[in-house]
Amino acid sequence: MTFAGDTSARLLVPEPAEIVEKRSFGPQIHVFRLRLCDPTARARFDFQQGQFNMVSVPGVGEVALSISSDPNDLDLEHTIRIVGRTTRVIETLGVGDILGLRGPYGSAWPLLEARWKDVLVVTGGLGCAPVTGAIEYMFRRRANYGQIIVIHGVKKPSDLIHRERFEAWRREPGTQVLLTTDQPDRTWHDRLGVVTELFSEVQIDPRRTIVFMCGPEVMMRYAVRILRERGVSMDRVFVSLERNMKCAVGLCGHCQFGTEFVCKDGPIFPYSRIARFFNVSGL
Amino acid sequence: MRPEVARVEEPIGEASWLERGALQQLLDELSSRGFETLGPVVREGAVFLEPVKRIEDLPVGWRDEQTPGRYRLSHSGGERVFDVLHGHAGLKRLSFAPREELLQIDTQGVGRPFTARPTLPEPARIAVIGARACDLAGLRVHDRVFLHDRYPDPYYATRRGGLFLVAVSCTRSVSTCFCTSMETGPEARSGFDLALTELEGGFVARAGSPAGAEVLEALPRRPAPAEHLLEERRALDACAASMQRRLETKDLPGLLYENLDHPRWDDVAERCLSCGNCTMVCPTCFCHDERDEPALDASGAVRVREWDSCFSREHAQIHGMNFRPHTRERYRQWLVHKFASWIDQFGTSGCVGCGRCITWCPVGIDPTEEIAAIRGPGE
Repeated sequence: MTFAGDTSARLLVPEPAEIVEKRSFGPQIHVFRLRLCDPTARARFDFQQGQFNMVSVPGVGEVALSISSDPNDLDLEHTIRIVGRTTRVIETLGVGDILGLRGPYGSAWPLLEARWKDVLVVTGGLGCAPVTGAIEYMFRRRANYGQIIVIHGVKKPSDLIHRERFEAWRREPGTQVLLTTDQPDRTWHDRLGVVTELFSEVQIDPRRTIVFMCGPEVMMRYAVRILRERGVSMDRVFVSLERNMKCAVGLCGHCQFGTEFVCKDGPIFPYSRIARFFNVSGL
Repeated sequence: MRPEVARVEEPIGEASWLERGALQQLLDELSSRGFETLGPVVREGAVFLEPVKRIEDLPVGWRDEQTPGRYRLSHSGGERVFDVLHGHAGLKRLSFAPREELLQIDTQGVGRPFTARPTLPEPARIAVIGARACDLAGLRVHDRVFLHDRYPDPYYATRRGGLFLVAVSCTRSVSTCFCTSMETGPEARSGFDLALTELEGGFVARAGSPAGAEVLEALPRRPAPAEHLLEERRALDACAASMQRRLETKDLPGLLYENLDHPRWDDVAERCLSCGNCTMVCPTCFCHDERDEPALDASGAVRVREWDSCFSREHAQIHGMNFRPHTRERYRQWLVHKFASWIDQFGTSGCVGCGRCITWCPVGIDPTEEIAAIRGPGE
């Protein structure tokens, strides 16, 4: 038996990282910028947009969170929604406190493949976190990309974080940003309704468009149907999936989706790869 | 670190004949080489993998009867040592510990600096007497999962590297066996250090590794006589022919992926208790939970992993959402993974045909029957 690979436990050991910035968007959503306490460790965290880290409070727990900062930034940014035991503890932490990080894990958005093409980004809910970094990445390298269309839906206006980023993108040439909500309030001046209704407002050339999608699976199912009708190849539609993750290295079994381990084969998949399972409920 | 799991695919050297009494010398030889010797031991109406020092510790004169949802031992007398095929526990726990401490984390409290270091197990030398061909196949599957995938597991590698395996080829089957369908048995062909076939009065023995050859050389033996080899062949063939269960494995992935909404899943969900027994006794199920267990004085924590089951309610749960909320989806996940997606993931079936999941299911659910029902009478 040949045996090639890293059998050290390094990939399983969390690296201490200091919180250097915390921005809160209401009580539920917090954006943390983290700096590895050992500066030499940053090289091991070299990542691509779409990959995730396991973020931990030692003794409490660990959660899988996508990295939303630019790969060239020294600090690593994670957006955390307070949903469970571990995130409730993370919420109480502030600048100067220490978290554990291990990673990066998983697949990335095909940002190199998307160069010189048009990119349509479809996101729903706080699902935008895994993809905002990718959008930001493209705008920092704007000349490398064709038309960029962002369709982003939120349940309620307060779920829209980084509004200033969307406004900035909206002002860029060759860019269309459509925001929508189900439950508008007086502050809302964008569209109403669900994300898929906005497809009628966008023009795409199926031959030169790559699609990034992230959000509730039901939204992505509808979006896929529309994109198929528009003639977009399912090899060019990329979806980000979310499943229960414990180990992040394809061994604990929890994140399985059909033939895939979402942690190591995903979380970002070309739709064609998972198409046979995507419309089956309960997988 | 390179785990010592290299095994040759073909037996080394000629087959030897060992008189029954030589088994004691084998146990002694392994002990003298620093191995803890484990084998099947009768206890509480079943066999457990426990320390064996003397032949009499093994289930001499016992045999097992296994049917769906039922396991019984009977003492039939006689001198045969290995007529109990297997108990609920296979080799899995020796290389993939039911509970493994992964990291020791020292910290002064939440948000404070911490240090974390891996707590790799002490390499133990364990010799298993009586591993079956299906057990070896299970280990082969786990080697693929834990050692030869993208992220090799150092804990598994350490435990696995210390195993010395004395296989015993099967000369009888029980009603829940279907190893011939999965092409894993009844004969131990590879993945062992030593393999025995029990015949009247003694054993045909073969070495499967240099370490096994060394041990064999230290035992009183002679080249296996032709009539014993013939008798062995007949016993193995008769065992294969005695197999009562069959599974048609032709294009199982295609069949199961095409039938993810088959009504049979509802039918089996009516019977399945979602207890997870099948996953605990399965030689290949590898799902596990990982969590931090804090010290009582908050000075730190131990990160542990512990066997989990896709039948547990929390398995597919994330923040208030459960991807597999019902037994129907959990049973389907287990079966489709075992017999289909495992092949996509690891290039091998996750089932080795040992039949434990059938025997130890409290209600006797039999995946060969479920798959046959999905395949339908037409095929």
